[in-house]
Amino acid sequence: MDLRYSPAEQEFRSELRDWLTRTLPTVPPKPNANDWAARRDYDTGWQRMLHDAGYAGINWPKEYGGRGATPTEQLIFLEESERAGAPYVGVNFVGLLHAGPTLIAEGSDEQRAAHLPSILRGEQVWCQGFSEPDAGSDLASLRTRAVRDGDHYVVNGRKLWTSYAPIADYCELLVRTDPDATKHKGITWLILPMNTPGIDIRPLPTVLGSTEFSEVYLDDVRVPVSNRVGEENDGWRVTMVTLSFERGTAWVDQIVDSQRLASDLVAIARKVTRHGASAWDDRGLRRDVAHLAAEFDALWALTKRGVSEAQATGVPGVGASVLKLRLTEARQRLMDLAARVLDRAALSRTDIAGLPGGEFVEERINSLSYTIAAGTSQIQRNIVGERILGLPRER
Amino acid sequence: MHFLPTDEQRELQQGVRELLADRFPLDRLPQGFDSAAWRALDETGVFGLRTELDLGLAEAVLVFEELGRAAVPGPLVATFLAGDRADGPVALVEADQTPLLVAHLDIATAALVLDSDVRLAPTPTGRPVDEPIDPLSPLHELDAVPAGEVLADLDVTRTRLEGAVLTGALQVGLAARLTQLSVGYAGEREQFGRSIGGFQAVKHICADMFVRAELARVAVHAAAVTLDALDDEAPRLVHGAKLLADEAAVTNGRAAVQVHGGMGFTWEVPVHYFLKRAWLHATEFGTADDHAEALAELL
Repeated sequence: MDLRYSPAEQEFRSELRDWLTRTLPTVPPKPNANDWAARRDYDTGWQRMLHDAGYAGINWPKEYGGRGATPTEQLIFLEESERAGAPYVGVNFVGLLHAGPTLIAEGSDEQRAAHLPSILRGEQVWCQGFSEPDAGSDLASLRTRAVRDGDHYVVNGRKLWTSYAPIADYCELLVRTDPDATKHKGITWLILPMNTPGIDIRPLPTVLGSTEFSEVYLDDVRVPVSNRVGEENDGWRVTMVTLSFERGTAWVDQIVDSQRLASDLVAIARKVTRHGASAWDDRGLRRDVAHLAAEFDALWALTKRGVSEAQATGVPGVGASVLKLRLTEARQRLMDLAARVLDRAALSRTDIAGLPGGEFVEERINSLSYTIAAGTSQIQRNIVGERILGLPRER
Repeated sequence: MHFLPTDEQRELQQGVRELLADRFPLDRLPQGFDSAAWRALDETGVFGLRTELDLGLAEAVLVFEELGRAAVPGPLVATFLAGDRADGPVALVEADQTPLLVAHLDIATAALVLDSDVRLAPTPTGRPVDEPIDPLSPLHELDAVPAGEVLADLDVTRTRLEGAVLTGALQVGLAARLTQLSVGYAGEREQFGRSIGGFQAVKHICADMFVRAELARVAVHAAAVTLDALDDEAPRLVHGAKLLADEAAVTNGRAAVQVHGGMGFTWEVPVHYFLKRAWLHATEFGTADDHAEALAELL
């Protein structure tokens, strides 16, 4: 058990740090959250900078244009980027972290050539067409139908929670090609160009008031059979192989960010007066903040354990569900604690009363989604109970 | 960075687990302190990991997790900390505690006194507590903190941190064993025509137990490795680790009773020994509140 970094890892870190120090001042100001065209430019512009510096596709294999970094280097990359305040992956998320890895694993040479270099250069944005109104946690029950018509599939249905749909070039689309097979067996994975006729995108405002998600209606949308990834009816397996790209680093930015926010909260508590004393004099508050700090430190250690497992065995260990469960709930508690310190200032989503509280208030709303997205906490507990502890399945 | 136990560390941990499965199985637990098992642990080098085997806290926490998993009764941590300065079990006296209760004084050959310094004292006498909460950890109440010989080579701050992380490792072992016992029971026990572990209401209790134990374990490991490296981050990580380990053991104890239902409230099922031990350890080398406040000072 060793938490120290090797000389090569330290070298990687210091080169990256130098590059970030030089490069971040040249990044344009962050655009308005609901200006999607500007957000696309901003996020893909950053991706282009990463690409030109050799940091694009940090975990992608070299033969597909990635850096082929080790899981530990990937951890360092994400940690340093977060600490330096670098832009997030943003609209490049689906392409870089899901569709791209799927094409690497299962795509044809033509499909790889058409998409992978463009994704890495920030020239191609993807969205995800998986969930549906009646297929959420039970994703495999999806009903969007694709019927073969010559060398095309004709797709009809409705997708939900599709981030970046209005500005995406392609969609990774799961469709039902065999309605008679058992639910996991009749699914196919398609590359859907978003300029295909018959696609109707309707924004679905979130509790933040932002237009993060869309509903995507598909009405007789014709997709060439050559856009199919993997075999017909084998789409569920194709979807699952991407999980092997997960190397235990999915939550690095949030953990590092949570540690920073905990420190920021202490600074606010020292500044705020409650009942004639500094809020930080409140023992209960101090203990609660410390408890959360302990959890974030432990989650950081758990991340390093998962990365070490990925480095040793190629796949992260059992930590992924543990991490997701505890981090998302701890993050929500941190925001509630911040609201306790901010008191009435927690009613404003922008900074008020001279306190830097807006970030906490905004994240208090946003963090409601964390225990739902990417497998609800209830599904995560089922996974722990069934796959790790071996308890009987629900059905 | 390679934050996984090495092959040697795994073998060490596995060896202790097997030794305990053989010499101190669960059905021996109700008989309390077992001098033969203690000697076997001593001969294996459990208390001399540092002094005899030249190993660090990284190895010690793996071994202590196993001691916790088997709920081995006895003053394990103080005996380890005293190292080769004493023979036999060494009781722990924490001078700042009230009431001044000392566990395992009855079988101790000496006492390690944590005060403004670290001292080794002859076994003091005290009044036995009639009904200690952990039936396997007899308690005596002292009227005064024993004097004893100052161990000048032991830094008291460092010793307290080491004691906290080792006690945290015991708690992790208890928490993990409680999870294992509960999962076993939930998989066997049938109600409404199916095993109760298939119900989400029960399954999710077990999942949370596992999650608590895993998070506490990794916190204890990080704290131990960081202490070994004499890293400035060590105090912060130790405070966090003891806090999370106490919480994992105590909360898992309650959860285990709940999963075992009515049987969990009986002496028939061993769960109560684990919970009561967790309550004892939660008062040793600083409570969760003490560690939370100490951590807050570092934020």
